[in-house]
Amino acid sequence: MGMGMAAETQFHVLAVDDSQFDRKLIERLLKISSYQVTVVDSGSKALELLGLYEDEERNSNSASVSPYHNLRRDHVEVNLIITDYCMPGMTGYDLLRKIKESESLKDIPVVIMSSENVPSRINRCLEDGAEDFFLKPVQLSDVKKLKPHLMKGRYKEETDHQQFNSNKRKSIEEIDSSTDRTRCRYNDELDTDTS
Amino acid sequence: MEVGQMQRRLVDYTKSLFMEGFLDSQFLQLQQLQDENNPDFVVEVVSLFFEDSEKLLNELTRALDQTNVEFKKVDAHVHQLKGSSSSIGAQRVKNACIAFRNFCEEQNTEACMRCLQQVKQEYYLVKNKLETMFRLEQQIVAAGGSIPIIEMSS
Repeated sequence: MGMGMAAETQFHVLAVDDSQFDRKLIERLLKISSYQVTVVDSGSKALELLGLYEDEERNSNSASVSPYHNLRRDHVEVNLIITDYCMPGMTGYDLLRKIKESESLKDIPVVIMSSENVPSRINRCLEDGAEDFFLKPVQLSDVKKLKPHLMKGRYKEETDHQQFNSNKRKSIEEIDSSTDRTRCRYNDELDTDTS
Repeated sequence: MEVGQMQRRLVDYTKSLFMEGFLDSQFLQLQQLQDENNPDFVVEVVSLFFEDSEKLLNELTRALDQTNVEFKKVDAHVHQLKGSSSSIGAQRVKNACIAFRNFCEEQNTEACMRCLQQVKQEYYLVKNKLETMFRLEQQIVAAGGSIPIIEMSS
């Protein structure tokens, strides 16, 4: 049975999903696993919460010591982001890219969820920095898998940045390469799938 | 009817829903997320499912009624419905959605309309079943009893 994480600070997970139903589910799964949870319904709301400016980050290569200097003052500290893949506007993949391209946010582990099992999609997300990919419906056992990613994130915070992503590459054979299934149904423009 | 009888009736009823394929193990997963601090979780999440589904079914009816059916849109709605029914454990609804999506891909309006009818039928059936189940639960609680935990052998 879960004990309260009394000694350490609770991990804070940001969940992103455009479906109210799915938000309720993921929130419950995370809370029951003793995480502090914030849930938002879009990628842009997530970025706002995380403190990223709408237009390109200023001073991206600044010599400043703190990696958080170019985030808004009122930004929220988050230890992991779990996002749905298929959302209108900014997809989960778009959100992943923005986070990984941000000097201040790139070390936050990101997990993608999707109801569709598309190997090329999964591959691409993992290649571009996602820690893991959960198939919906997300189970309690999936949420249990978050712990190591969160611990890794905390370790990074404490010991300066290193690249851990190299050991996370999974190569899954593409079953169907004829249709570009990496495209989410909301986006008609081709995300250039250069595989 | 005394509490013991009510509880037995609920257990039998719930088991039959699994036997008849209306619900699958995903529903049990949801029940595991409910506890004393969140005693209404299942009811809340199922209510959301009802809300979402009815919206989607209306959208689907409208979309298939167009002269030029936008199959991409239809597919998007069915995809959503498939997702939520799968998350709830509404197995028959989910399966009907899977069949539906195949016809969307074929862009077969006639077949899609038949599928929509099928999905609606399955949806209203499971909605009815779940509402009955919740009513039985309420009766037990009102009589001072507790909701029995269903043990399903996998």
